[in-house]
Amino acid sequence: MNGKLVLSSSPHIRTIESVRSVMVDVLVALFPVALVAVLLFGHQALVNMAIGVVTAMAVEAIWLRKLDLFGDGSAAVTGLLLAMTLPASAPWWLVVVGAAAAIIIGKQVFGGTGNNIFNPALVGRAILLASWGARLAGPVWPVPKPFNFGVDISAVTTATPLAGQAEALKVTLGQMFVGNVAGALGETSALALLIGGFWLLYKGHIDWRIPGGYIATVFIMGAVFGGGAYLNPLTTGLFHVLAGGVMLGAFFMATDMVTSPVTPAGKLVFGVGCGLFTMLVRLFGAYPEGVTFGILIMNALTPIIDNLTIPRKFGEVKKSA
Amino acid sequence: MKSMASLVFRGGVHPEYRKELTASLAVVSMPAPAQVVIPLQQHIGAPCEPLVQVGDQVKLGQKIGDSKGFVSAPVHASVSGKVAAIGPYNHPLGRPVQSITIESDGLDTWDQSIKPAGELHELSRDEIRKLVREAGIVGMGGATFPAHVKLAPPPEKPIDTVIINGAECEPYLTADHRLMLEKPGEIIYGLKIMMKALGASRGIIGIENNKPDALRVMRQAVESEPEISVAALHTKYPQGAEKMLIQVTTRRKVPSGGLPMDVGVVNHNVGSAVAMTRALREGKPLIERVVSVTGEGVVRPANLAIRVGTLVSGVLEFCGGLRGNTRKLIIGGPMMGLAQTTADLPVIKGTSGILALTDEDVDLAESSDCIKCAKCVGSCPVYLVPTFIAQAAEHKLFERAEKLHAADCIECGCCTYVCPARIPLTQWIRIAKFEVLERRKQK
Repeated sequence: MNGKLVLSSSPHIRTIESVRSVMVDVLVALFPVALVAVLLFGHQALVNMAIGVVTAMAVEAIWLRKLDLFGDGSAAVTGLLLAMTLPASAPWWLVVVGAAAAIIIGKQVFGGTGNNIFNPALVGRAILLASWGARLAGPVWPVPKPFNFGVDISAVTTATPLAGQAEALKVTLGQMFVGNVAGALGETSALALLIGGFWLLYKGHIDWRIPGGYIATVFIMGAVFGGGAYLNPLTTGLFHVLAGGVMLGAFFMATDMVTSPVTPAGKLVFGVGCGLFTMLVRLFGAYPEGVTFGILIMNALTPIIDNLTIPRKFGEVKKSA
Repeated sequence: MKSMASLVFRGGVHPEYRKELTASLAVVSMPAPAQVVIPLQQHIGAPCEPLVQVGDQVKLGQKIGDSKGFVSAPVHASVSGKVAAIGPYNHPLGRPVQSITIESDGLDTWDQSIKPAGELHELSRDEIRKLVREAGIVGMGGATFPAHVKLAPPPEKPIDTVIINGAECEPYLTADHRLMLEKPGEIIYGLKIMMKALGASRGIIGIENNKPDALRVMRQAVESEPEISVAALHTKYPQGAEKMLIQVTTRRKVPSGGLPMDVGVVNHNVGSAVAMTRALREGKPLIERVVSVTGEGVVRPANLAIRVGTLVSGVLEFCGGLRGNTRKLIIGGPMMGLAQTTADLPVIKGTSGILALTDEDVDLAESSDCIKCAKCVGSCPVYLVPTFIAQAAEHKLFERAEKLHAADCIECGCCTYVCPARIPLTQWIRIAKFEVLERRKQK
């Protein structure tokens, strides 16, 4: 018996959760989003998401020189999220370059899973935006053709509600909630994103403070400074929440564990900051959309936020000044 | 103001409890072994000096080791017979400890000093404290802090509440559960002893609500005791940690770095209450305790009343031995117990469980880098940021660890339990805590 008894420090039992199971849960949460993308944008959506996932996994496996393609599952999440920020009409090579950049420049050069400073999928997207901006800006976004598979979705394009004038495009808030508007694969359907997001909240993988702070800030800034989109502040605020990548960003990008704060107060500050920078870019910046840069800026501030928001310990006596 | 639903603390985890292995098994007395090994240190504080020599005849219950230190507890012979050896012997703490080996004569002849101390109302506070000290009673939940010290707080710290800890939040263990079912009267009498010694007006027995039968029995037992109440606690680990227990039963928060007495509370384990009752009513020192021998690796799990000093190997033999797939032998529970490499060590006063985990439950996965999921932060019942403290410890940044309140860690193990990257956070924090406390001592 002596030879095989294991000696280690307590505790001696562990949760069944692992990094891999958490990543699988994120993929499951993204399933409704992916499903709606395919229903709206057809086979091109499916192909682009598959290319994103496979490229990211393959690049990571090659980089790590491991045969285990799925690995800890984080590469698949990164690849899928990247594809979801692109239009259905994006050519295959754009997805490949984006996914490879996300894995290599966004993550592996920092030391791999857990060590990257910036959200890898958004690093990939930012590189694409800087290099092939014209393909991601202007009236290049395919108009969805629900339940119409096999047709070339790129034939009819328009501006996104955010880039064009929503009134001019005759887009209703209801349409935007369901997702039946021009936009990136995973960004258009708030409904699908809410389903996935709430599942992650239920599983305890994300904290309400990040999406809550993010969405509330976007809503308030949209209502107060939103201007022309809709006439009354309430609908203008809602427009800014539903338009573009805010919902995907709030539930799936800003909540990236590695690149967001670990303290409860820090998570709230982070969420509010993401909303603030997103809206600053939208309202006053050169790009129509600010989610990518909003979150990347807050990623950079994460270590500082964490250090400034260390929780008060149990029974800490308030220091009298 | 607050309802029953508020009897819950922030943080904590919900491991599988696996108490069904032994919860329904009544306590069985294990026959006294032919030989016992009594460590001279079975408590926090000053170790005892032996009062006997090799070759001496000793009686059952005779004091064989004592110390002049206030924070200490004497040890007693748990069999009658002959002192065979005095020297270092394996100990649950993982290093050899000076111990007295007694060969039993099989007669269990009680020492003549063993006699009832009298009725509670006849005894003064000081007499009670002395009795508890002489009986060698320590915290029997596993912490082994000498019980008489907790009955003698400084005069500037008045105590109004005594809490009996029947939470038994450690998975697998059911020793306290069985005591509550089988000895409710002794527990309540023990609580009254403590209340009298401390001048406390209120007694609370806290029990996790996963033990409805114990709640029922204890509630029945306190029906005619207006000063004593039974509190049903939310089932969540570490509900039995003293800060958490005090918080949910009294709404008081023990200050950081402070003690329960700072908020007018003293708490004791149910086993310690029973031990005090026996010390008063029968004059018996702490020479026997209830131990859950459990885990999937034990052939016949049981709750046993075991003489202190019985070798674990003998206990396991009594329970049919260990299964071949046993991978960890633990003294205590799975969350805070101490893993052992040998069963050749004695049951001591603080041994609440002997647990054998099998391959199926021993996770030997290597850790990967922290993904900052913050699950450790959410699980910490004292609101620390475990992953940052662990990182600081790993890089020997002990000043940073101190700033992150490493010294406040209660070592409950929740952070390690929840970590999906399998990082031994609690272990790193223990290192940090040790270093921080050492540095404070040097200052």
